Amino acid sequence: MRVVIAEDSVLLREGLSQILDRSGHEVVAAVADAPGLADAVAAHAPDVVVTDVRMPPGFRDEGLRAALALREERPGLPVLVLSQYVEQSYAADLLQTGGGVGYLLKDRVGEVAEFLDALGRVASGGTVIDPEVVRRLLARRRDGTPLDRLTAREREVLALMAEGRSNGAIARSLVVSEAAVIKHVGSIFTKLDLHRTPDDHRRVLAVLTHLRTPPPP
Amino acid sequence: MRTGDTVWRAMAGNPVRFLLSPWPWRSLAYLASGPFTGVAWLLAAAALLGLGVVLTPVVVGVFLLACLPLSAMVFAAAERRRLRLVDRRPAPSPHGEPRQTGVLPWARYRLGEAATWRELGYALLAALLTAVDVAVPFVLLVGAAAPASAPVYLALGDPVVFGPDVTIDRQETAWPVAAVGLLLLVLALYVLTALAGARAALARALLVRPAEEELGERLIAVRASRARMADAFEAERRRIERDLHDGAQQRLTGLIMTLGLAGMDAAGSAELIDRARGEARAALEELRDLVRGIHPSVLTDRGLRAAVESLAERSPVRVEVDVELPGRPPEGVESAAYFVIAEALANVAKHSGATVATVTARRDGAALLLRIRDDGRGGAAVEGGGGLQGLADRVAVYDGTVRLSSPEGGPTMLRVEIPCEW
Repeated sequence: MRVVIAEDSVLLREGLSQILDRSGHEVVAAVADAPGLADAVAAHAPDVVVTDVRMPPGFRDEGLRAALALREERPGLPVLVLSQYVEQSYAADLLQTGGGVGYLLKDRVGEVAEFLDALGRVASGGTVIDPEVVRRLLARRRDGTPLDRLTAREREVLALMAEGRSNGAIARSLVVSEAAVIKHVGSIFTKLDLHRTPDDHRRVLAVLTHLRTPPPP
Repeated sequence: MRTGDTVWRAMAGNPVRFLLSPWPWRSLAYLASGPFTGVAWLLAAAALLGLGVVLTPVVVGVFLLACLPLSAMVFAAAERRRLRLVDRRPAPSPHGEPRQTGVLPWARYRLGEAATWRELGYALLAALLTAVDVAVPFVLLVGAAAPASAPVYLALGDPVVFGPDVTIDRQETAWPVAAVGLLLLVLALYVLTALAGARAALARALLVRPAEEELGERLIAVRASRARMADAFEAERRRIERDLHDGAQQRLTGLIMTLGLAGMDAAGSAELIDRARGEARAALEELRDLVRGIHPSVLTDRGLRAAVESLAERSPVRVEVDVELPGRPPEGVESAAYFVIAEALANVAKHSGATVATVTARRDGAALLLRIRDDGRGGAAVEGGGGLQGLADRVAVYDGTVRLSSPEGGPTMLRVEIPCEW
């Protein structure tokens, strides 16, 4: 894949480039700020963009804003956003722009195989949400809510669904058959009263929206 | 002001009590002593002025001229003491403290003070008013005392003569004249007391530090400097957060990436590399939590609502977030509000046993209003140096207030108001 990287730290930019190079991807441009990113995307039309959130000149969320602007301009352009922090509100903004987005903690790159898998899923229109975001959403105490009625295995499946995994990937991850996963997913949707959708991205959206919405007291 | 502090109060009271009180005599003493200090200063000032002008070519003269306003300071100090005769309220000097020691810096500081020049103005005015101070009591008292004592003069064999036409030479007419004279005497005492009161008011206006106003100004200055300091601390926290983000956090992340790269090649030592990576990740996570405590980037990026939602996500107790603000408050206030909410939610999780907490934030006129409510067991208190005290201190820096209602058995309600323009 042809990748554009935007990351202001030289150390991390080089690290990312090397990992991608060694895995057989082509880093067509590696830039250090948001305007550079827009230019590089215009110049190279990459298959996927990997961008940091905090970048010059303001060192706030320039990278995220650039990513959202790019997705507005070129719908469907796959963008994987990396950040030193994950915040649910950033994830929500990204998810609203449709499939082909990812949002991960920066250090996930160290798990090279998983990172490359995530990048591949984003590039092919999938959705990737950092397990930390999902874990935090699931950690909230919800006595007497529909989530309470899920079995332990169903909660595992729910978490992986929220991270953007497909049924096949969930099956591999939990070492069960895909048919079993489909059964769990069906049960979860019934218990949470969610609309079934064959689209993985909409599934992530539905699950995260459900987790985000505070249950009625 | 206590009753009997000034002549005005005394005059407004019972006339008999007033006439028997020391006030008329104090007033008389005040007016009569005025010319002495006034003339003394006038002579000194004239000498300084004369010598100063004569000696101006010899430089010393300039110093003498500069001493003219300073001489008024001495006069003013005497006047403030004299003021006590008719005004018992404290009369502090309006002068400030020079920052440097030494005669020259002192003189320069004094000459730069508005108070010094006000005192000079008062001294000139007082010198002019000396005539009034002398003439009015004299005319009033003599004018009233002469008819009042008419019977006595007659008894001694002296007829009392008022101008060319009126001569009182019989006791029958002397007594009514004496009565009118006594009445005039009473009036005269009132008039001269009023005059003394007016002179005292003038002296107070020009020579005495206006206690409340000055204090108010200082308080505002202290508040402003305190808020500036808090803003500086806030900026410092942001700087530390950025330094950690750009420094240690990047390096650890880089290390994790490098270990990831190493893991791609090295088949044999894969397990060791994995372990190293795990430890690096643990270190990074700890650092992340630490940095969030210093200043959360989500607050800088997206404001209070997103930051509070992030807090709510982390809270073990269910938190409902209702933050509706038009735009963003000033950085310092926003940050104070965030940390107040963070501390309050930490308290809810630690002590309250609540099942749900609600955080509300609104703009209420020119103030940011926060409400943090939980359905826990109550009994929280601000005192004792706990988290709530620190929270109140944080808010107080911006002149905000914290009100806590936490009866035993709950619910607990924390109401925070921070005045700010945005």
